[in-house]
Amino acid sequence: MTWLRRLLRRAEMEDQLDRELGFHLERHTADLIARGVAPDDARRQARLELGGPEQVKEQCRDARGTRWVDDLWQDGRYALRTLRRRPGFAAVALLTLALGSGATTVIFTVMRGVLFKPVPFADPATLVKVDEQTKGIVDYRWGDRWAFSYPNFLDCQREVRSLEMAAFRYGGGTVSGAGDPEFVDALQVSANLMSVLGVAPIAGRSLLPEDDRPGAAPVAVISQALWQRRFGAAPSAVGATVTFEATPYTIVGVAPATFNVRGAALLTPIAQNTRPFMRLRGAHPGISVWARIRPGATRAAAQAELDVVSRSLAAQYPESNANRGFIAEPLRPDAGGVRSMLWLLMGAVALVLLIACVNVASLLLARAVSQDREVALRIALGAGRGRLVRQSLTESAVLGISGGTLGVALAAIGVQPFVLLWPGGLPGADRVQLDWSVLAFALGVSLACGFLFGLAPVLRAPSQRPDPALRAGGRSVTSSRQLHSIFIVAEIALAMVLLVSAGMLGRTLLRLSSVDPGVNLENVLTSRMAVSPSILSDPARVRAAWQAVIDRGHRVPGVRAIAMVDTVPMRAGNNQVGYWTAPPEPERMQKPLALANSVTPEYLDVMGIPLRRGRFFDDHDRLGSEPVVVIDEVMAQRAFAGQDPLGRRLWTDLAPTPLLVVGVVGHVRHWGLAADDRAQVRDQFYYPFAQVSDANVRRWSELMSVAVRTGIEPLSLVETLRHELRGPGGDQVLYATATLEQLANATLAEQRFLVVLFGAFASLAMTLACIGIYGVLAYLTGQRVPEFGVRMALGASARDVVRLVLGESARMIAAGALLGAGAAWAAGRVLQKLVEGMIDTEASTFGAMVAILVLAALLASFLPARRASRVDAMTALRQE
Amino acid sequence: MTLHSSRPDARTDLLHGTLDMLILRTLQWGPQHGYAIGQTIRAQSSDVLQVEAGSLYPALQRLAKKGWVTAKWSQTEANQRAKFYRLTPEGKKQLLREESRWDELVNAIGRVMKAALAPGTEE
Repeated sequence: MTWLRRLLRRAEMEDQLDRELGFHLERHTADLIARGVAPDDARRQARLELGGPEQVKEQCRDARGTRWVDDLWQDGRYALRTLRRRPGFAAVALLTLALGSGATTVIFTVMRGVLFKPVPFADPATLVKVDEQTKGIVDYRWGDRWAFSYPNFLDCQREVRSLEMAAFRYGGGTVSGAGDPEFVDALQVSANLMSVLGVAPIAGRSLLPEDDRPGAAPVAVISQALWQRRFGAAPSAVGATVTFEATPYTIVGVAPATFNVRGAALLTPIAQNTRPFMRLRGAHPGISVWARIRPGATRAAAQAELDVVSRSLAAQYPESNANRGFIAEPLRPDAGGVRSMLWLLMGAVALVLLIACVNVASLLLARAVSQDREVALRIALGAGRGRLVRQSLTESAVLGISGGTLGVALAAIGVQPFVLLWPGGLPGADRVQLDWSVLAFALGVSLACGFLFGLAPVLRAPSQRPDPALRAGGRSVTSSRQLHSIFIVAEIALAMVLLVSAGMLGRTLLRLSSVDPGVNLENVLTSRMAVSPSILSDPARVRAAWQAVIDRGHRVPGVRAIAMVDTVPMRAGNNQVGYWTAPPEPERMQKPLALANSVTPEYLDVMGIPLRRGRFFDDHDRLGSEPVVVIDEVMAQRAFAGQDPLGRRLWTDLAPTPLLVVGVVGHVRHWGLAADDRAQVRDQFYYPFAQVSDANVRRWSELMSVAVRTGIEPLSLVETLRHELRGPGGDQVLYATATLEQLANATLAEQRFLVVLFGAFASLAMTLACIGIYGVLAYLTGQRVPEFGVRMALGASARDVVRLVLGESARMIAAGALLGAGAAWAAGRVLQKLVEGMIDTEASTFGAMVAILVLAALLASFLPARRASRVDAMTALRQE
Repeated sequence: MTLHSSRPDARTDLLHGTLDMLILRTLQWGPQHGYAIGQTIRAQSSDVLQVEAGSLYPALQRLAKKGWVTAKWSQTEANQRAKFYRLTPEGKKQLLREESRWDELVNAIGRVMKAALAPGTEE
């Protein structure tokens, strides 16, 4: 019989034991009667000799080995009974725990989904990402990792046997034809990308090697979303054509929704891209390489092969491939900057949870002390000490698990709103869900908490001897006072860390919100824009199309000024260009960098950037006229060190000829309100789009945005502009539209989110700490009522008693505040590392937060103190 | 010698094993219920060994758990329902082992007791 079956048959066995002992008694009595004992005496004697059926049963259970089950069952019921007997205590404890474990579970759920889950493809352990890596050269912009050059990819793909390598390159563009034109994210992919990732098309076929060849017929696989949007999910879409970037592509298949790489709506064969940079070994046109380790091979073997290939390429093409290797690493989901933020929040909720635990621990301790007499009595009656410890731990576990269950329920409700509120959208949000591992985590956390606070009453159990407790006549031994003080000190210290952190974050946000962004945020609409794909190969027509956009835009009512710009302030994306102010050209690594902006003449008016000196561009700055540049004040300071920059020359990586500096403008916080101060590249310069060479017009055009200053609410103009700027072919689109104000706000979204959450956690922590202090002091002073009675009988006034109690709690609070100050300072250092724009821990905020906490804590201790002072001396003494 | 029904952990292994052995021995003659086992041991030891219920029944549980006895409810001669314990083949082997161990033990104790009287002991 297994113990499990025995467990299930427990009731039956109890019943059998009952009957067996009953039979025993019966026979024994019958025997005694047969020997001449009177029936009543016989029954009595038989009972006596049996020695109490309950004890016998206990021992039988022991022998059977299910003892712990019975005990657990009993202890569990006992725990529930005690909790029900004190609903107030139970409610406070459960709520505290539920909030603490709920918050922790929410953050863990998100962390697991975003950071710990593998990429959402079949057999993720055998997927790797391959990068080019420069040896000995670490570029301070990009580190030592590079995107692949296409020829390098083709060589690696052919030579490396352990890997099946696939490549993809971003290639978003305009889908036109029937219906509104739209800009979609798209990828140029090697034919095997989907099969490498283990994704099968839901209709039609994947791309084939014969598609992935220069000059092959243009074919595309579209995403399920695009299939639904533009074709109503009709099966006939396979075989139909879609016009993408003015080229008709035959749709050969549909990728399932689970295939989500860079949000691509369209996959085209990468080899059909025949632009010159695809043939250059020295060009790195943003090609990502993912690969599947072939069955039987290992990543180490693949790496060894890659090393061989890189050595032979270096020998063959020293110009481009010297000191260049390839490195294969496990493919991980891209969590971006979310990682540090999540760990930060985890730290914060862990503090809240810890405070919750301390709180419950002190409540349990207070109760345990008041039960001393009961416990002592039970020890005197022969209860095993181990059993008592187990019982008290069971009680904490019951409390912990109930609190944890409530916490999971809270987390189940809270996790989706949390994900939705995440600033800028959480990467991998679709992978965030409550699952078994989350439940296991929550259970683990609540059990750990249970034992943590269950330990408090147990710790003092062994020192307990029954006699003094019994003799104490209802008054407690004071051994818990020290432990209680430690709890208060801990709670204050923990709450302080959160409160000061929240305060500093709040101050940071305030400061950042009032920072001058360098542009006038009001009434500016920005939008990426693509001109008609059909004219891209003709530079003159591209220029004309943009000029038409500006002219047409001017005629829209509500538009005050309109300009083109390649990098919109505070939006993602930038163009870092090396520069120098006098020949000869410095080494590549020695050149200072500036953010280059290609704009049209009205740009300053649109953005509200102040002109400091000289002039901005006008329509006379065109191809053929003197190439000009306008720099910002930061660059003026750095490049020309106080000398007058007007009329000076500036050489850049953009063109072989120098540019003439004609003006100086104000600095724009391109990197965001928070991050700009600490950004590595802050110099900025502007050059006219009209002077971009014919060779570059297409590339530049693909990156362009329009920016519009409006006289009315900017978002109300979006539809009109979309319609007006559609162009003669009806295939020019606006996308990624946002007001400048939205962009500026987005740069502070992370800080704002942290302020809100830390604020919430800090208030929760402070409330919990105050409840804890109140509870502990109420209990401690309650224990001392007789003492206060004596004092007052001897002439102490109510004020003296209040002062006595407050003085005592003030000492604990001060100790906690001191400890917390140290911890808060350390926490501030961590925040400064992780949060952009975080200010130094400043004394005024620090002091204010400490004051708030200390005041709240004193208030919490005042109530019990006042109650103690109202003790009637005679009543108190009679309690003796 | 009386086998006490004191706290379980106060009993020594020696006595523990001995009671088990006595029970197994008693069951050698055929299935019996708990009360009869106790009475048999008492009678065969001429009232010297009084097995109390608090020792007997836990011991039976223990033996059942080890698979040395099995239990079955059936009728007594007096037509009452009682739980009868029966020796299993495994239990028989165990009894043989216990018996030889017991003999060894008795011999060993006997030697010790005699040695105590040997010359050379200072008194």
